Amino acid sequence: MKSLGSIRRDFAPWNDPDAKPYIAFENVTKRFGDFTAVNNLSLSIYEREFFALLGASGCGKSTLLRMLAGFEEPTAGRILLDGQDLRGIPPYRRPVNMMFQSYALFPHMTVEANIAFGLKQDGMPKPEVDARVAEMLKLVKLEQFTKRKPHQLSGGQRQRVALARSVAKRPKVLLLDEPLGALDKKLREETQFELMDLQQSLGLTFVVVTHDQEEAMTMADRIAILDRGEVMQVATPAEVYEAPASRFVAGFVGNVNMFEGTVAAREANTARITGASGAEIVVENAGEAAAGNAVAFAIRPEKIKVSSRKPEGAANAMEGEVFDLAYLGDMTVYHVKLTDGQVVKASALNSARVTEDPLTWNDRAWISFRPDAGVVLTR
Amino acid sequence: MAETAVSSPSAVAAAQPASASGSLLNAITSRLVIMVPYLWLLFFFLIPFIIVFKISLSQTAIAMPPYVPVLGVGEGISGFLAQLRELGIDNYVWLTEDPLYFNAYVSSVVIAAISTFLALLVGFPVAYGMARAPASIRPTLLMLVILPFWTSFLIRVYAWIGILKPEGLLNQVLLATGIIDQPLVIMNTHAAIFIGIVYSYLPFMILPLYSTLEKMDFSLIEAAQDLGCTPTGAFWKVTFPLALPGVVAGCMLVFIPAVGEFVIPDLLGGSQTLMIGKTLWNEFFANRDWPVSSAVAVILLLLLVVPIMIFQSAQARAQEQGR
Ligand SMILES: Nc1ncnc2c1ncn2[C@@H]1O[C@H](COP(=O)(O)OP(=O)(O)OP(=O)(O)O)[C@@H](O)[C@H]1O
Ligand SMILES: [Mg+2]
Repeated sequence: MKSLGSIRRDFAPWNDPDAKPYIAFENVTKRFGDFTAVNNLSLSIYEREFFALLGASGCGKSTLLRMLAGFEEPTAGRILLDGQDLRGIPPYRRPVNMMFQSYALFPHMTVEANIAFGLKQDGMPKPEVDARVAEMLKLVKLEQFTKRKPHQLSGGQRQRVALARSVAKRPKVLLLDEPLGALDKKLREETQFELMDLQQSLGLTFVVVTHDQEEAMTMADRIAILDRGEVMQVATPAEVYEAPASRFVAGFVGNVNMFEGTVAAREANTARITGASGAEIVVENAGEAAAGNAVAFAIRPEKIKVSSRKPEGAANAMEGEVFDLAYLGDMTVYHVKLTDGQVVKASALNSARVTEDPLTWNDRAWISFRPDAGVVLTR
Repeated sequence: MAETAVSSPSAVAAAQPASASGSLLNAITSRLVIMVPYLWLLFFFLIPFIIVFKISLSQTAIAMPPYVPVLGVGEGISGFLAQLRELGIDNYVWLTEDPLYFNAYVSSVVIAAISTFLALLVGFPVAYGMARAPASIRPTLLMLVILPFWTSFLIRVYAWIGILKPEGLLNQVLLATGIIDQPLVIMNTHAAIFIGIVYSYLPFMILPLYSTLEKMDFSLIEAAQDLGCTPTGAFWKVTFPLALPGVVAGCMLVFIPAVGEFVIPDLLGGSQTLMIGKTLWNEFFANRDWPVSSAVAVILLLLLVVPIMIFQSAQARAQEQGR
C-alpha cells in the first residue's frame, strides 16, 4: 500500500469516528475592537496528542492559546475541555498550564522558586516539591543555576526556566508558546526530543505554537496551519507536506514549485494540465480537479530530477538551462530556467562524492518528474 | 591605531583626536559634574546643620541673636576657644527632663506612621489603576495627581476646615442624606490630622508606587494565575513584592515630612494634639528659645536618620536587582 511519508507512531484518534476530542474549539471568534484575530475557527485536539499551531506572525496563534488558558474569552463560539465548556472558568481553575511567549518569569524569585511556584500553590509537600524541581532542572539542564534570578540568565536559559516552570505541574494540557525559539540549533533539537519523550511518558496533551515548520514537523502528531485567524489545514506532518490542501499551505510549508494551468483532460485519476506557455504536465493523482478547472500543480524540489540530456521515458520532462546553483554539502540545489521563463527549483542528493559530468551555470538541462510526484491544487 | 583597539567604540568616538589636554579637560569636567550634588549638600544641608547644632549647644539670652555665645574670631584664638568652652549639652538634658518633648516625639511618630499606612491604603489602588490605564491617558492621570500642588498648601489645608467642621460640608451632606442625625466631630481630633496628612502627602505616595507598577510586566500576574494562584494570591506573591521598592519610597516620602509636620496639626488638630513640629514652632516663635528648639530639631533629625537609612538600603537592593 502506498502511504504518505512515514508514520511516526501508531496513534491516530482523529481517524477514529468514535474518538471524542479532548479539546474542541467550536466556531470560535475573537475580536479586539473591530479587529478579528480569530475568525470562526473550529479545531479538535485529542488526548495525548502533540498538536502544533503553525502560522505567520500575527495570525492568532497566541490568542488561541490565551483563550484556552483563560486569559481571553472568545467573542463568539465555545471551547470545550474534556466535554466541559470553559466559558467563565478562571485561569487558576483550568487544568491547563502555559509557557508564555514572553516567559513571564517572576523577577524577584530564583530559578528554583520560579519552578516551584505552581507546585507550592497546589500545597505539594516540600520534599516532593524539591524532588520535582530537581527533575525539572535536570530536564532543562539548568542544575548550576538554581539560585540565580532571571535577570542573571541568558535569553535561552530564561526560556528553559519558563519551560520547566510550565511542565513542573504536569498539567493535563500544556500550552507552549514558541517554547524553543531562543535556543541554539543543537539545544533546540535536544529539547525537542526531550519534550516529545516527556509528553509520551507522562501522557500529556501538548499544544505548541511555533513558526518554525521543521520544529512542528519533528514534534507534532498533527499540525494546524493558520492564516489570518483561520485554519487552512489540519493534518499530520507528512500530509501537510505531501498533500497540502491549498496553494497557501503548499507555499507555507517547505519549498515548492508551482505550475499554474488548466486541466485539459481528465481520465480516471489522471489529468493533463496545460500551462500558459503550452507545456503539458501529466498527473496521476488529480484529486478533485475536473476538466477546464484553473489549477496549480505543486511539486517539491527534491522530487524533480535534473539531467544534462533528455531523460528517456519520463512522463514529464521540460527543457531549460541552469540559472543558478547552490552546493550545500549534502545536496545541491539547482535553479533551472525553463524555456517559458519560469524558474524551477530542484534539489539533488549528493550521494556520490565525485560526479562524472557535473552540471554548471548556463548548461542546458532537463528537469523531469514522475506523474505522482506532485499534487494538483484547486484552492 | 593599535592603542584604540582596546577602548570601547563610544570612547573612540568621543575622543576623536585624543589629545592629552582634551582628555584632561574631560576628566576635570566629569569631576565637576560629580561635585555639584556634593556642593549642594555641603551648602544647603551640612553647613546649616552645623549652625543649628552649634545653636543647640548654646544658652538662651535676651539679645540679638537670642543666644550666647556667638562664635567669632574678633577676640583672637584664645577668645574663640573661651567661647567654645561655653557650649554645653544642657538643652539636651532639658529635653529628657520635661516629658512634653518625649511625648511629642512619640505622638508625632505614631501619627506619622498611621497616616503613612492610610496613605498607602489609598495610594496603592490609585497607582495601580493608573499603571493599568491605557497608555494614552496615563499622562493626564499623572497630571491630575500633581494638580493640587498648583494651589498653596496652606489654603488647601484651610479648605479642609470648611469641610470637616461640625457645620461643614461633610456634615451637611451626611445630615441631608440622612446617613447620620448628629454632626460628626472630626475637627480637632486625630482623625482630622490623618485626613489632612493623607490628603496633603498622597501624591508623594502615588508617584513612586506608580513608577514601579508601571514598569511591571502584567503578564506575570497571568503567569501566577496560570500556575494556580487566585487574583488575591497573585497580588501578595507577585504584585506586592515587585512594588516593594515603590512602597518603601512612598512610605518614606510621606513619613519623613509627616513626622515634622506642624501646619496640619496646628490647623486641624486643635490644641490638645501634641506633635513635635508644633512644639518646635512654639519653642522658636512663642518662647524665642532658639537653643532648645535647635536641640529639638537635631533630635528629630537623628530620629529620622534611621528610616532614611532603611530607605537607602532598600533602594540599593532594588538597584542591585537591576530593576
Ligand atoms: N489585546 C489585544 N488587543 C488588540 N489586538 C490584539 C490583542 N492581542 C492580540 N492582538 C492582535 O491579534 C492578532 C493576533 O495576535 P497573536 O498574538 O495571537 O499573534 P501570533 O500568531 O501569536 O503572532 P506571533 O507569532 O508574532 O506571536 C495580532 O494582529 C495582534 O495585533
Ligand atoms: Mg504569539
